[in-house]
Amino acid sequence: MIDIYSELTAIIDKDYVSNSKEELYMYGRDPGLMPAHEPEYVVMPTTVEEVQAIIRLANREKIAVVPKGGGLSLTGLVIPQKGGILLDMKRMDKIIEVNEKGGYAIVEGGTTHGALKSHLLKNYPHLRHSIPDSPPIATVVANAVIHGQGRLTQQRGFNSDMVSGLEVVLPTSEICKIGSCAVSQYWFSKGPPLPDLSSLFFGWFGTTGVITKLGIKLYPCKKYRDPVLFLTDKAELVPDIMRKLGRTEMIEDLVVNAQPIPLRYKDNYYILFYITGDTEEEMEFKRKMCWSALWDYFEKREGGFVSLVPEMKAPMLSMPSKDTTRFADVSKGGGFEYSGPIAPIEKYPVYVKKLIDLAEKYGLFYSSAARMIDGGHSMMFSFSYTFNRADPQTMKRAKDALDEAAEFAIENGGVMWKPNLDEQKITMAKMDPNTLDLMMRIKKLLDPNGIMNPGNWEVSK
Amino acid sequence: MKRYQTQIHRCFRCGYCKFPTDYSALNCPSYNRFRFDTYSTGGRLWLTYAWLKGDIPWSEHLAEILYACTTCKNCVEQCPMKFAPEIVDWIIEARSDMVEQGKIPLRVKRFLESVYNYGNPLKKTNKERLPWIKSLKKYEKGTEYLLYLGCLASYDEGTKDMVTSLVKMLDKAGISYGVMGDDEQCCGNEVYAMGEMDLFKELAGKNIDKFRQLGVKSVITICPHGYNIMKNQYQGMGYKFEVLHYSQALAKIADDMKPKKTGNGVKITYHDPCYLGRHNKLYETPRKALKGLELVEMPRNRKDAFCCGGGSGNFITDYLAGGNDSPARVRVREAAATGAGVLAVACPGCLLMLKEAVKTEDLDEKLQVMDIASVMGR
Repeated sequence: MIDIYSELTAIIDKDYVSNSKEELYMYGRDPGLMPAHEPEYVVMPTTVEEVQAIIRLANREKIAVVPKGGGLSLTGLVIPQKGGILLDMKRMDKIIEVNEKGGYAIVEGGTTHGALKSHLLKNYPHLRHSIPDSPPIATVVANAVIHGQGRLTQQRGFNSDMVSGLEVVLPTSEICKIGSCAVSQYWFSKGPPLPDLSSLFFGWFGTTGVITKLGIKLYPCKKYRDPVLFLTDKAELVPDIMRKLGRTEMIEDLVVNAQPIPLRYKDNYYILFYITGDTEEEMEFKRKMCWSALWDYFEKREGGFVSLVPEMKAPMLSMPSKDTTRFADVSKGGGFEYSGPIAPIEKYPVYVKKLIDLAEKYGLFYSSAARMIDGGHSMMFSFSYTFNRADPQTMKRAKDALDEAAEFAIENGGVMWKPNLDEQKITMAKMDPNTLDLMMRIKKLLDPNGIMNPGNWEVSK
Repeated sequence: MKRYQTQIHRCFRCGYCKFPTDYSALNCPSYNRFRFDTYSTGGRLWLTYAWLKGDIPWSEHLAEILYACTTCKNCVEQCPMKFAPEIVDWIIEARSDMVEQGKIPLRVKRFLESVYNYGNPLKKTNKERLPWIKSLKKYEKGTEYLLYLGCLASYDEGTKDMVTSLVKMLDKAGISYGVMGDDEQCCGNEVYAMGEMDLFKELAGKNIDKFRQLGVKSVITICPHGYNIMKNQYQGMGYKFEVLHYSQALAKIADDMKPKKTGNGVKITYHDPCYLGRHNKLYETPRKALKGLELVEMPRNRKDAFCCGGGSGNFITDYLAGGNDSPARVRVREAAATGAGVLAVACPGCLLMLKEAVKTEDLDEKLQVMDIASVMGR
């Protein structure tokens, strides 16, 4: 009988290989609502060679491999559906290079957003990356793999759009460079002018390989940064407000919040956007442009600016925002999950109505943050509901509400972001059949033994 | 039912507890040492909840994960949730349940047996108290301060400079103090943190009885762990007295002293002990004792200080030892990187842990670990 554990400890320091019940329990679930399923081994590699050796072993033995970053998708994307080897990437955490002039950083596959933020702030305070509002243990790679969004998404698109190169261990164990780094020592582009192969790895949830290095673009970190809050009680106005602000090209991030507490939030839509600049004059100019864009609403008494005292601004300026995480415990239950369709911003009013209807139907506490993407070409709208981890009934109600939200979102033109297994099935059922066929052929071609994060993007037989 | 049993499910496992404020490093000593999510605070809380629910059985490994927590309170400092102040209490309560069921790991069992049998975790008899302790003045009625030495300063030779320097400073300042000698029992801080509440009550009761008998009104502790337990637990046990950590006494003395000058351009860095810093918010007081010296801070300082790995009995049980990432080794590398020649501490546990780590890291030539009284007395 093959002793996989011994083989793994021959590859990786035994301190970082476990088949103990405790580690298997922990790595078999995430903070969301998808059912648990445990791996058989948890390993933490530190080198690309170790990753290769594990992939070779997995191919030989036909066992599953699930690469994991922070494990914070909430939609169960790294729950090992078919057991096997859970690859916790967080020991591969080096920031290999910051190319200041080229404006990119190269990080290892388990480098966290928190570490990159801190490194830039200390050593390159004039540069920043698009940090998401997930907790700082979220890894740069995993966030790109799920097409995460961050504080620069309004200006620059999805965080995966800001990738500037990859090193990948393919499911057949070869190391492959993707982008300019395939032919040059510089990591300035993930694709152009070459065929853009990076899309073989984003949105695939680890089913097409293990990203061991990633180049991420860096952008100017402006001297001043100021949050502005605009309020309206008319959901139907929100898309136009978003669009008008986006078209000024004066704002950094834009998020629309809807939630019932504090009470002042109920039945109101809080449009939070940020103005950044290097001089007071630049800030003033941008402020005026934004005010001007929204002036009509103000005059018609359809909306207004909220005066922000420094205490209110502080959490808005913190990156990542701890308030996002705090939502999990507003009803003292320790859990929340959201369905997050990417959709046209014109869908905001119908989505937000559905959000509230579902909360009432299922007796749940709700919240939504809608982040504008790429100047208004789309938004991520979160249907967020809390649940009590100690109460299976609220967990079921939250899951039912999220399932219904996902179906509604898809029927109304949205495409699910980081879809759980159920949402993947709905998505594939609705997908153009030739597109789906192409996806399956690509997956089969790259991973002939089906070892990589199996269960995800799989058509039911 | 203990409070943690109805609350522990509230951890979302977000992982803020793993970091310092600026996310520059991993600041949970056990997570940094082992790197499995199980060894983070979130992991511990989730596993404990699973154990409570019967989803996983008790195991030696589970208990070791729980006892590898040094109770350093970095998680309390960083957790964004409203229940943050209670996290370490929950861990202690869970340990207490394990103790009550007789389900504790071997090293913890030995620690507790030693305290039970010898009155200290070092398996030392009264006769084995360090020779210089015997020369110290005994506390008598009317003495202003009881100098409470604690187990490490009473029995571990590595604390000699610390104790002798401190008493010299107290003598020089004309402070009236005395020690309990053979009547001193373990303060019980680690026993409490390990969840052995009956033994803790017995130890605290004996100490309080003695304090009452002697008419003690003010105590100076050498160890921040003793300071913590007397300040935060003894006070509710029927006898009120003032508690000072020795750094507070030194800070008062330093106020009256001329500022020292740094000798030979040697820079000093200061390591905040968890039980003085995060547990009791004494960050600036020990630094006052270093007044006039060239102090260079480590990147992780004050509420973000990285634990030496010795808390909650780990200076004996040593669950975090071994390997490059053991907390004390990480910490002395961080201290050495500041360019400081002296790593000043204010805790006998930290002193011993970090001294050992300096040897392991082969930093003897570059970095000397000294307590603040020894630095002041130089």
